[in-house]
Amino acid sequence: MFELAPDDLQSVWLTLKLASVTTMLLLLIATPLAWWLANSRRWYKGAVAAVVALPLVIPPTVLGFYLLLLMGPHGVVGELTTALNLGRLPFTFAGLVIGSVLFSMPFAVQPIQNAFEAIGRRPLEVAATLRAGAWDRFFSVVLPLARPGFITAGILAFAHTVGEFGVVLMLGGNIPGETRVLSVAIYSHVEAMEYASAHVLAGGMVLFSFIVLLALYLTGGKLAKVVR
Amino acid sequence: MSKKNPDEIHAHLTLQRDGFVLNAVFSAPAVGVTALFGPSGSGKTTLLRCIAGLERAEGSLTMNGEIWQDQTSWLPVHKRPLGYVFQEASLFSHLPVRANLEYGYKRIAPAERKVQLEQVVEWLGLGRLIDRNNSAELSGGERQRVAIGRALLTSPRILLMDEPLSALDTSSKQEILPYLERLHRELEMPVLYVSHALEEVARLADHLVLLEHGRVIASGALHETLARLDLPTAHFDDAGAVIEAEVAQQDENYHLTRVDFAGGHLWVSRLNQPFGTRIRARVLARDVSIATQPPQGSSINNILNARIEEIRDEGPDKVIVRMRVGESHTLLSRITRRSRDHLGLIAGMYVCAQVKSVALMI
Repeated sequence: MFELAPDDLQSVWLTLKLASVTTMLLLLIATPLAWWLANSRRWYKGAVAAVVALPLVIPPTVLGFYLLLLMGPHGVVGELTTALNLGRLPFTFAGLVIGSVLFSMPFAVQPIQNAFEAIGRRPLEVAATLRAGAWDRFFSVVLPLARPGFITAGILAFAHTVGEFGVVLMLGGNIPGETRVLSVAIYSHVEAMEYASAHVLAGGMVLFSFIVLLALYLTGGKLAKVVR
Repeated sequence: MSKKNPDEIHAHLTLQRDGFVLNAVFSAPAVGVTALFGPSGSGKTTLLRCIAGLERAEGSLTMNGEIWQDQTSWLPVHKRPLGYVFQEASLFSHLPVRANLEYGYKRIAPAERKVQLEQVVEWLGLGRLIDRNNSAELSGGERQRVAIGRALLTSPRILLMDEPLSALDTSSKQEILPYLERLHRELEMPVLYVSHALEEVARLADHLVLLEHGRVIASGALHETLARLDLPTAHFDDAGAVIEAEVAQQDENYHLTRVDFAGGHLWVSRLNQPFGTRIRARVLARDVSIATQPPQGSSINNILNARIEEIRDEGPDKVIVRMRVGESHTLLSRITRRSRDHLGLIAGMYVCAQVKSVALMI
């Protein structure tokens, strides 16, 4: 009864791939961004923070819609990718990755930024007086002290990407093996009145989400204790 | 400014920040302990941070003949061969005690590692602490000792200490002071020591840099500077003179020890130290009284021949008197204005200084 059809299995793998790639890219992008937000005193810092947080508020379909326009044949990004011979991004896996990265950005940036702010200046000053240069300080002091923030950011970004629907539908459509992720597969099953298949996927999602959040709270509590 | 001596610190640093202006010009010997002393808000911590490069001040700074900053260059903190001890120990919470100690040690060239881990463990009594995993479980005094050891292990050319005792309770303070005094004696490392406690300064420092409102108002040898009546330090409640002396005789019967200095001696409570041990005696101005004749039938053990050098009014009822004892030692005495007039004390007079009590620092 709980067997997955080949198509659905493909959706599961595609979802995990999208979430993994997105999470890794997000950690790479969010780290310098969070560092800047935690340390900058520029007047436009608030505006940047607001833009980063925007996906928390606007509907995913709105974000997907504008991304579709931007990446489409008449969009700025679309013209650029065409000129660079990269083809078009909408309805491709790469397009989904870009959409997911933007959509989950606040979930990665904010925990890391909070962790950086909690460290304060003192440990960095101490490290500098102990002969550590800027990069050395970052890797030997900031990263280990901010570890709980990175773990939270990774888990949230991953889980949020697994659960996204609106951006994917607007930007990726429903192409098996390319853009048909779990949430879209469930939607398709329901549209085709295949409730049994929809149940398997939907139930799996609920279980997965619960496990992720459980892991988050368990490790979060433990890590916070170690650091304190 | 005088010729740049290789064993000196020359600083001319200015920093302006939200209503506060630091404008510190001073030279000090880069040997022994130099105290940066002043009331809170005088800018002593800011000055120390500027010297370390933790704040970016304008101006110039030469350390032991090495330029740390001038008009054209500015050496970043991690390239300055200094050790820094902060007010709070600030140990790295993600590292065990040993890794904290070795953090800086690992980052200097092996050829420059003049201070070794075993030495520091011995000096600072870290044997019981070094294998602890969680530095947060250490007491305040223990953490500060680890922090001092961590700084020493970078084999710094100069050690900067920002009120390392002020965040500690009295018993932790008493626990650390002997270690600091030991470092002072055994380690040939110059120390810049920020403090607002006169007692600490009198105990540890050789040279005094006095700050007020972001400016250096005096810089000189400790005993000379403490005896200057034109400086605020002479008018503190616990103002006093410092005399360097050495253990000369033990009186087993009365349980007393005689310490000698050029120009006299003092009897103090029995001191379990071998002959010739250098000690530092602090004599508070309020514990010294003055007699024009050698007193008869006095219970006071310590009576020194002295010559009055200067007398200054201190409030409506008190005056402070500076006296010379022997060639190079001074005493301060706080007496009433009435006593001064009654005894007709003036500069140049020979008198007897009666010392009621002496605080000893080994």
